[in-house]
Amino acid sequence: MLRQVLLRLVTTLVTLFGVAVIVFVVIRVVPGNPVAMMLPPGAGPEDMARLQALYGLDKSIPKQFVIWLGGVVQGDFGTSITTRQPVAGLVLGRLPATLELSVMALVIAVVWGGIVALVGTRFRGGRAEAAIDVGNGIALSVPDFLWGLVLILLFGVLWPVFHISGRVSPSLDLPFVTNFYLFESVIRLRFDLWWDIVGHMLMPALALAFPLAAIVAQLLKQSLKETMHLDYVTLARTKGYGETRVILREALRNAVLPTLTLVGVQFTFLIGGTVIVERLFSYEGLGNMAIDAVINRDLPLIQGIVILFAVIFTAVNLIVDLLYAVLNPRLRHA
Amino acid sequence: MHDGRGAVRRRAGARLWLSAGWLTLAGGAALLAPWIAPHDPLAQDLFAGRMPPFWVAGADPAYPLGTDSLGRDVLSRILHGGRIAFLVALIAGLATAVLGATLGLLAGFFRGWVDVAISRLIDIWMAFPPVLFSILLIAVIGPGLWSIIIAIIVIDWTRFARVVRAEAMGQGAMDYVASARVAGRGRISTLVVEILPNVLPTIVVLLTLEMGIAVIVEAILSFVNLSISTDSPTWGGMIAEGRTSVHQAWWVLVLPLIALFLTVLAFSQLGEGLKDRFDPVLR
Repeated sequence: MLRQVLLRLVTTLVTLFGVAVIVFVVIRVVPGNPVAMMLPPGAGPEDMARLQALYGLDKSIPKQFVIWLGGVVQGDFGTSITTRQPVAGLVLGRLPATLELSVMALVIAVVWGGIVALVGTRFRGGRAEAAIDVGNGIALSVPDFLWGLVLILLFGVLWPVFHISGRVSPSLDLPFVTNFYLFESVIRLRFDLWWDIVGHMLMPALALAFPLAAIVAQLLKQSLKETMHLDYVTLARTKGYGETRVILREALRNAVLPTLTLVGVQFTFLIGGTVIVERLFSYEGLGNMAIDAVINRDLPLIQGIVILFAVIFTAVNLIVDLLYAVLNPRLRHA
Repeated sequence: MHDGRGAVRRRAGARLWLSAGWLTLAGGAALLAPWIAPHDPLAQDLFAGRMPPFWVAGADPAYPLGTDSLGRDVLSRILHGGRIAFLVALIAGLATAVLGATLGLLAGFFRGWVDVAISRLIDIWMAFPPVLFSILLIAVIGPGLWSIIIAIIVIDWTRFARVVRAEAMGQGAMDYVASARVAGRGRISTLVVEILPNVLPTIVVLLTLEMGIAVIVEAILSFVNLSISTDSPTWGGMIAEGRTSVHQAWWVLVLPLIALFLTVLAFSQLGEGLKDRFDPVLR
């Protein structure tokens, strides 16, 4: 078990190193000199050379990579070209916003998908299940970007009950010391702020949650239906328990494991989806910052954000694998 | 599946035909756009800005689906935008399928270091957020139709490679492959003549799904204004413009959104429908 965990950690590190190399090389073939855009009009070639030297862009790509990697090991991801602030600080400042949005979407997806699966199993074979299957099929086929647009139209324009732009109303005075607004508003018992933040997050979170909810519903329903034929479920039935109780108390516990693994993998897709959904809702997270960084050709910032995303992706996969090993009794005693 | 197999199959059949029908209609209209579009999609008519579509009071019959804030005909722009969407879907989809399936077949059939190298590459690729990766690539190679197509190929080949690798591995272990080898077939020849035909249904399903993804990627990239030049109408570009003026002229956002929504849904449902068709368990 320990050996497996260590092996898994090593492959994770190899993957991250590969990501770093690819991002570094890809970014450095960008046409258009980012430094040229920073200089005021009238600056001469020696100004340009000085600035390039300042950002280390005058050295060869392998040399730049070694210098950059040396910095990364010490937690220094370089300096953003547009804002002239350390990348690590900028990126970590935005990370809480994206994490809160992703986790909120995950919770919505799991709760919603779970309820749909339970209802579908309870009324299996009937019209309700057929309707659920069709709804799932549509929710799954349409990506978060389109759900976001649909939600903007429905609840931002047609029936404007939710905010469709930003993370919190700009007029509010925020007493927060961290960037985990949603979490901190609860801790500080500021439910007025909490309500405003949720009102801003709900639409983008729903857009992200729809496809995942459909996947959860589909898979959980399938495993539940398979479990319903097993002996111990029949036994529970002969004891006289009602159908709903059999599903909730007996079948659910055993049907949950395959769904869990899939949710982990799908969660990384959800996090990847935040890039465009944050843009759509002008939500001030990592994804929105990434698109701005690309448009401004802010190389160090792009690099930092892509690597951070890769770290999150691989970390989620790692956690899921470990969780699966812990929860699955067959693997635990192996 | 003890319950209503007939009903399930009927529903699957309807889904297949509805999606194929919409794609034929939209694809045909996109193909014929230069001949059937009532206006030049770029022609501005500043005196006819934000005309509503025909079913709303105050519409101008010359512009059946209304005009945008610059007075450009929405119908003509949707038709011409569809050309780009379907072109990207077709070329990027096919090229991604060829690259991904080839790598998947090689990894799954030859195993050994080929498999290790390709699998590791897939792992690294999967650690990139795809939307961010595509935006990054477009920033690097510069906007344009071909850049979008290249970005889709570079990012999405893993979708094919992963699945085809697993399938090829399964097929490679079967008796018919061993007997082909015993009968004297070469390795490459076995791969192409014996294994490829058996993996082809899976590739077709993935290709259909990939075409829907390509349409979305093109829309997302034109939405963030990194697609082709602003003077070619695209669905994503129209949606981005419509988003800013949605309170004054909702149709500029809603109509291209419906076209995009239905097309993406149709590709996906067609793929799922074909999957059920090819799946011997359901048949």
